[in-house]
Amino acid sequence: MVTSSDGPVTGAGASPDAGDASARTVLDEQDISRALTRITHEILERNRDAESLLILGIPTRGVSLARRIAERMSDVEGRPIVAGALDTTMYRDDLRLKPARALEHTDIPDDVDGKIVVLVDDVLFSGRTIRAALDALADLGRPRAVQLAVLIDRGHRELPIRADYVGKNLPTSLAEQVKVALVETDGCDTVSILQAVTGQGSAS
Amino acid sequence: MIKHLLSAGDLDRADAIRILDTAEELLGVASRPIKKLPTLRGRTVVNLFFEDSTRTRISFEAAAKRLSADVINFSAKGSSVSKGESLKDTALTLQAMGADAVIVRHQHSGAPHRLAQMKWTNGAVINAGDGTHEHPTQALLDAFTMRRHLAAEGEDGLEGKNVTIVGDVLHSRVARSNALLLHTLGAHVTLVAPPTLLPVGVEAWPVDTSYDLDSSLEKADAVMMLRVQAERMNASYFPSAREYSRRYGLDTARMNRLPDHAIVMHPGPMNRGMEITADVADHVRSVIVEQVTNGVAVRMAVLYLLVGGAPTDDSTDLEGTA
Repeated sequence: MVTSSDGPVTGAGASPDAGDASARTVLDEQDISRALTRITHEILERNRDAESLLILGIPTRGVSLARRIAERMSDVEGRPIVAGALDTTMYRDDLRLKPARALEHTDIPDDVDGKIVVLVDDVLFSGRTIRAALDALADLGRPRAVQLAVLIDRGHRELPIRADYVGKNLPTSLAEQVKVALVETDGCDTVSILQAVTGQGSAS
Repeated sequence: MIKHLLSAGDLDRADAIRILDTAEELLGVASRPIKKLPTLRGRTVVNLFFEDSTRTRISFEAAAKRLSADVINFSAKGSSVSKGESLKDTALTLQAMGADAVIVRHQHSGAPHRLAQMKWTNGAVINAGDGTHEHPTQALLDAFTMRRHLAAEGEDGLEGKNVTIVGDVLHSRVARSNALLLHTLGAHVTLVAPPTLLPVGVEAWPVDTSYDLDSSLEKADAVMMLRVQAERMNASYFPSAREYSRRYGLDTARMNRLPDHAIVMHPGPMNRGMEITADVADHVRSVIVEQVTNGVAVRMAVLYLLVGGAPTDDSTDLEGTA
């Protein structure tokens, strides 16, 4: 269970909710499901030519979300659509600030050239991960367009980046942490806001 | 993670697996249209080669360049070393130029160790082969190649695999590094060599030894042939090349006795006709060329993990901000 992560999840050592009296659930399983279904339809509505769509999740939770969106898309379109994964670790701008971390899996199911790539992440925060993802994408080819879908937009952007599809806008203070838990990685689907305990700092 | 890579024995299982897993991801970079990652932009990697080398040097150079590092190649030939400059002074010069990583190949065992221990350089020291001692990145790329071919889905190590290493173990830094690393990863190593080409103290290594190649072929998952290092031999270690080849060379007949899944490896450079016949070297079961490809990915992983993050000085491990 990792927090506000605007990036690949490192073992931030956050113990599952245990005793976090200040944790407040903002989205439950149903809300997440509805948001993803809506995002799926918005993507298909905006891009009539679904053939040229390529859904890429940003590890870790973005990949799970991308797979769920691709599943819903397959149902609507009536043909199998697979989501890929794009690891941004090697392109991050904060590599020099932390010890080298393990890489996540990158899996690009199709040629990027000429495609409309939809990047999927769990939380949009500073925008730095997306900046790294755009750089990573540029090294893989030249997509026709890149769009961004996120489950939560919590504000506090540090770069001129915005999401095209947002599950929920969640105004937060910097002292708060947004926790996204998904069945694939955490065993349950919830999004909660957590008041950072003094001294703990913002993890991840 | 360790700061320097001096010996394959310094790697615990977790570190070794981390390097192999990272290499697995980096292997894909070679097949992309743009074979470059920006990760080490602005960092300087020095190739400090006191001894001849083709594949190790260009492999490290390619690895560093694919990570966008600046590479300075230094070879002892044509440098001030031929005027008698010491390792220390050479190292201090490189330090003054701000090397973030120094990759050392030296004819004397222990040279990289000394470079790292004496703190002549602040950068990470990576041993690219020292005398007859160690060659850890070769062991890593060998283990990586074996894992890709032999490990079942979901296995991260080499548990229960039998690896036979044949030939000039005495002069081979590759054999020593492989014995240590493969043991860490759970494989069972058998060294096969004439008695004269097994080092003193080999009984303390985590391996079995044998003088007979044929008896260890049937159960081998991988056979690694070592080059007979004539340039390091100052005495007669075996009667003739022909006799060596007959008893310890890998030919088609011997290869056919290997299990069907077994792979044939060689760290290069090969003496075709000596320790391995040309037929075997070019056979589909030989992964010798693949070893070279994997070498770049493994060295990228090592460079990234040692140099890519924050300097691991004794500074407190602060958690960064998001």
